[in-house]
Amino acid sequence: MDIKSIFANIPHIDEISQHGAFEGTSKKRMGTFAERSASQNKVVESLEEAIRRSGLRDGMTISFHHHFRNGDNIVNLVVGKLAEMGFRNLTMAASSLSGVHAPLIEHVKNGVITHIETSGLRGELAEQISRGLMDFPVVFRSHGGRGAAIESGDVHIDVAFLGAPSCDPYGNANGYSRDDDHSISCGSLGYARPDAKHADKTVILTNNLVKFPNAPYAIPASHVDYVVVTDNIGDPKGIMSGATRFTTNPKELLIARTAADVIQASGYLYDGFSMQMGSGGASLATARFIRQMMIERGLRCRFALGGITGQIVSMHEEGLIDRILDVQSFDLDAAESLKRNRFHQQIDSCYYASYLHESAVNQLDFVVLSALEIDVDFNINVLTGSDGVIRGAVGGHPDTADGASLSVVVAPLTRGRIPSVVQKVNTIVTPGSTVDVVVTDQGVAVHPDRPDVERKLREAGMPLCTIQELKERAEAVVGIPDPIRYKDKIVGVVMYRNNTVIDVIRQIDEDE
Amino acid sequence: MERKRLRRSMMFVPGNNPGMIKDAGIYGADSIMFDLEDSVAVTEKDAARFLVFQALKTLKFGGKEIVVRINDLYSGAGIQDLEAVVRAGVHVVRLPKTDSAEDVIFCEKEIERIEKEAGIPTGTTGMMAAIESANGVLNAKEIAHASKRLIGIALGAEDYVTDLKTTRSDGVELLFARCMILNAARSAGIDALDTVYSDVNNEEGFIEEATLIKKLGFDGKSVINPRQIDPLHRVFMPSEKDLEKARAIMAAIAEANAKGSGVASLNGKMIDRPIVLRAQRMLDLAEVSQIAEEEV
Amino acid sequence: MKLIKTGTAGTMESNDIMVTLEPRDAGGITISLSSSVMQQFGRQIREEITRTLAELEIVNAAVDAVDKGALDCTVRARVLAAAYRAGESQGYDWGEQ
Repeated sequence: MDIKSIFANIPHIDEISQHGAFEGTSKKRMGTFAERSASQNKVVESLEEAIRRSGLRDGMTISFHHHFRNGDNIVNLVVGKLAEMGFRNLTMAASSLSGVHAPLIEHVKNGVITHIETSGLRGELAEQISRGLMDFPVVFRSHGGRGAAIESGDVHIDVAFLGAPSCDPYGNANGYSRDDDHSISCGSLGYARPDAKHADKTVILTNNLVKFPNAPYAIPASHVDYVVVTDNIGDPKGIMSGATRFTTNPKELLIARTAADVIQASGYLYDGFSMQMGSGGASLATARFIRQMMIERGLRCRFALGGITGQIVSMHEEGLIDRILDVQSFDLDAAESLKRNRFHQQIDSCYYASYLHESAVNQLDFVVLSALEIDVDFNINVLTGSDGVIRGAVGGHPDTADGASLSVVVAPLTRGRIPSVVQKVNTIVTPGSTVDVVVTDQGVAVHPDRPDVERKLREAGMPLCTIQELKERAEAVVGIPDPIRYKDKIVGVVMYRNNTVIDVIRQIDEDE
Repeated sequence: MERKRLRRSMMFVPGNNPGMIKDAGIYGADSIMFDLEDSVAVTEKDAARFLVFQALKTLKFGGKEIVVRINDLYSGAGIQDLEAVVRAGVHVVRLPKTDSAEDVIFCEKEIERIEKEAGIPTGTTGMMAAIESANGVLNAKEIAHASKRLIGIALGAEDYVTDLKTTRSDGVELLFARCMILNAARSAGIDALDTVYSDVNNEEGFIEEATLIKKLGFDGKSVINPRQIDPLHRVFMPSEKDLEKARAIMAAIAEANAKGSGVASLNGKMIDRPIVLRAQRMLDLAEVSQIAEEEV
Repeated sequence: MKLIKTGTAGTMESNDIMVTLEPRDAGGITISLSSSVMQQFGRQIREEITRTLAELEIVNAAVDAVDKGALDCTVRARVLAAAYRAGESQGYDWGEQ
């Protein structure tokens, strides 16, 4: 009996999900796996060809990740090629940009790039944008905010161009390679994964084409359309250096020691706790003091989250931390550990910090974060310098401050002549209502909405002051700075993690 | 001048470094010592003097004891240093390379002259003498007794070991000098302060040396990096066991006094005066170290 | 106070200011200032330099200052040191302060 003849008579056939009657299979492949890998795959011969095939048109959105940090060559390579091919009016949705991306200035001037979305901006590009380079304001998003915007469709990526230190011919891509110990390594590809998953087309650029299957992978082949092999994905020295150095700066150590004391006194350091440490000198050093307290009290940490450093890795390897959730590897030690340690888990930015669901930041007991400026309402600026020029990154700051039960912000009270605690921050990145404790070298202030924390710190005999007093102490040393002058033009828009506008950045006014 | 106070740590701060001067007060050192002598290049003596003078007059250092190490008094720079820092209200002048009682007396006379000229009550400015030679060590007793302004005498080991034709090693080379200086200081009723430990990255070695000088009886030690302060204070912190015993001794004394009894005893042993003094000193130290409450 | 030669004091280190005073016969005080904190503290640094020179009764001088975030007391100390070097003078009257 032919299935086609009875197909129409099957009861309720229209209500069964199907694509019609079976019509036979395609011709079976008989070559070897090795032969197939070499011919029937996603590798295209050039970047230009990948761009052509992707269907990219003027006015579309392209995306990039920043796991290659200041060693990145992908952005400059791709945008240079797009300019050469005559593209115009593109939106660039990068997870972050840094000093190495100064060539973008020309592409902005020439109209290739007309809008930028990013978490951070540094160097010459940032300087020029602060001086009014672009008409369309730069949109700043936190890592969690960007992940959420991509997964919800608020930000639609047409073509993602993602560098990967290893990839197989079908597009299984990773930040390191189990096949080759000598390749470039960036560890986690956490910020690239939502792009690959949600972009209409994904192009992987790799210097290291390995055999299928590239396992483990960060990005599965099913999310990848084209693979381009190119020698120069970036400068390994800029991508990653050895272990992040432990600070010997006495002021940072003093702040770190105090921050650790605060955490211990707050009650959030208990057996089975969870934590995240920022990458600044003082927050890294805090981990060292937390480690001592853990050993003395026989405590274990259930998981450490976030940007991961060699310090967290060594605590994991000495049995103090059970699990590591790694959205970004900060140094080579972290990248090596991701490869070596089975409980060092790579996660993407949505898993890390999207507000749309219970993400990992919501499971944090405490986070230690740095700040450029803190104001008397506990608002934090990590994006613009004291002169109003953009020179930082939102990062996971607002995500973790919101998610963690105790957010501890560490900063020297003054940097040179610049006070860190001020009446009003230049740019609000993290709202004060999510900041619980501010630790400086000259005093600790607890947010008035956390009387529970304040009581515990007092019970532990810790001297506390108000945020207002911290501001006055800073002023007593450095004086009161004249306010920064801005023009009316808005050059940046800062989004909170739920995609609402929390602040704007204006063009600086340097006219005499 | 405050003759007796806690001097566990005296932190060296180079006198021509505005950044370090600005932050000198935040690290919890008991005394801050701005240096115009060895850490300042000969060509920068004038600039450092202006800088320390302005800083002393303008900045607050959290109520810490402020010491300035001046240049050799028999050079022009030394007298200029005195003119500046005495008028700026320094708490203690640290006299370098003190070989004899005459050095102390000469310095005292100059300070007194400047105090008079500046309308500062005579005796306001304290002194301490650093002993850095074989001669100085042998004269330690006379030096310690040479002026009522002296709050303490200190060992300066780097020059001293050179004078002895040796180098610094495990501390045995300093044993005689340390004992001389300690005994001289106690004989005069002033503080004995130990020399610096230069290898900042060797915390273990530093703690070893700090433990040794505490055992000998020193009141404190000079530090060249803020990172040494915390370990040093921990060495000087009495243990909880010692504190309990001290509290019991003081309680027994109080009880005996209340009864009108002249003799107190604890666990069948008579408590005599040295025991009471030691107990009291330990409780005082604990109070400043703020451990009595915190560690419970 | 009379300036005889060019006098410089201070360093290019953070928290310091390098001040160079050049004597001249007329033209009053001119200050060329570059600062890492120009917008926030440029005005106050100029005021401190001007005030210190006025106290020394220096009326004609070209001042070149490169600031790396110096506090007012440091600005003052460096101007004083530069002035006394330029005046080849040791006779600072500490009591006058």
